[in-house]
Amino acid sequence: MRAPDTILPLTTEGLGFSARHVDILRGVDLRIEDGAPTLIIGPNGAGKSVLLRLLHGLLAPSAGRVAWSGTGDPRARQAMVFQRPVLLRRSVTANAEYPLSLARMPRAERAARVRAALDLVGLSALADRAARRLSGGEQQRLALARAAAMRPCVLFLDEPCASLDPGATRAVEDIVARLAAAGTKIIMTTHDLGQARRMAGDVVFLHRSRVLEHTPAADFFAGPRTAEASAFLRGELVW
Amino acid sequence: MMRICQVLGRLTPAGASASFRPHAESALNDLYNAMTTAMSLIAERDPAVMRIVALSLQVSLSATVISALIGLPLGALLAVARFPGRGAVLVALNAMMGLPPVLCGLLVYLLLSRSGPLGAFGLLFTPSAMVVAQAVLITPILAALTRQVLEGLWEEYAEQLRSFGASPARAVPTLLWDGRFALLTVLLAGFGRASAEVGAVMIVGGNIEGFTRVMTTAIALETSKGDLPLALALGMILMVIVLAVNAAAQALRETSLRWAG
Repeated sequence: MRAPDTILPLTTEGLGFSARHVDILRGVDLRIEDGAPTLIIGPNGAGKSVLLRLLHGLLAPSAGRVAWSGTGDPRARQAMVFQRPVLLRRSVTANAEYPLSLARMPRAERAARVRAALDLVGLSALADRAARRLSGGEQQRLALARAAAMRPCVLFLDEPCASLDPGATRAVEDIVARLAAAGTKIIMTTHDLGQARRMAGDVVFLHRSRVLEHTPAADFFAGPRTAEASAFLRGELVW
Repeated sequence: MMRICQVLGRLTPAGASASFRPHAESALNDLYNAMTTAMSLIAERDPAVMRIVALSLQVSLSATVISALIGLPLGALLAVARFPGRGAVLVALNAMMGLPPVLCGLLVYLLLSRSGPLGAFGLLFTPSAMVVAQAVLITPILAALTRQVLEGLWEEYAEQLRSFGASPARAVPTLLWDGRFALLTVLLAGFGRASAEVGAVMIVGGNIEGFTRVMTTAIALETSKGDLPLALALGMILMVIVLAVNAAAQALRETSLRWAG
């Protein structure tokens, strides 16, 4: 699905973010490798969404830095899907095409990529419909198709299933799994432990503005190292 | 009876006071006669009336197009741009929405008069001058309303567009297109304001018969002359245009609901 050169691994050093003198994230040192999906989990307010936005470059860090590998512009090799899909007031096809037109991609290649992406998410039949008249699940699938059409090296997903029913959630998970299998690095936040178990290759556990653990998923779910993570896994809210 | 007669008498303009009749019946008759004459002027497509209507539409539509070319991108830029003093600019722009047409007319008159900075073009008392005056009048309206409409859209889109790597300047055409239905109602508001104002076109156009006479200036003149039928006929046509514009705005809002959700 993507060009051979990679922008991974992604590293952060002493990454921090504060707003109005309140620390939202402190001292985050991460190294995220290519491979299976990285799931960022933790209770509400732990700073998951802020971490994702810092990594993607939507927020400027108050401290530390985010470093990508490889040559070229790492921004052009990333895409992000938000919790509530932001769809343009245009047709399904026009939505999927929009970021490609921004990147000045030739028309023929655009059309081919959009067709493939809509096919991947099962929206080909709705290609000419108004995007904002789709159901919630279809809207999120369109947001995924739009991101997939960009053929990013890294795809960020911020709680992509938080406002979806179980059926739509499963559809989104299937699509993400297929993108991951095709070689796209997935970095995703979730508060749904079941989803994390199903999808994660490695887990970043955030608690009170700090990264407490970053371990392979199997190790994390078998026996977390910190008391906070154990409590979180047992369903005891630790905020 | 006497009371109604006095009220109607007072409503009758200065030019008609010579023919003032002290009977309410005849005053109401005048009104009735004026209405029927007005109807027949419209039904017969009186050439003088048609010329006035055509010029009105031509001037106001031209002014709306010119204002849209300036006001819409300007409003969109103000919606996405963040700079020191932005608040003051917005206050000034909103205040200019209330610019009195006569004052606007006076300013354009000074600019276009023989001794003014743009006097060399000889535009004063031509339809072009009227287009300029109406464009000056409604450009702030279009810009301010566009800014309001698109700012909400920008709040919704900003993060996603930044994720796509689009700069705020690149977002301007996107916002203008995605706000197209709301912006059409903005354009209609601008056109409505332009076609209904009298002060600006009166000053810079001069209300010259057959050349710069439009509906509103004709209504003002004919009413003061006491020629109510012509004034009423033009008034009715103006009302029909305003109604049609608002019906179009309503239809557009419904269309936009189907797309914007």
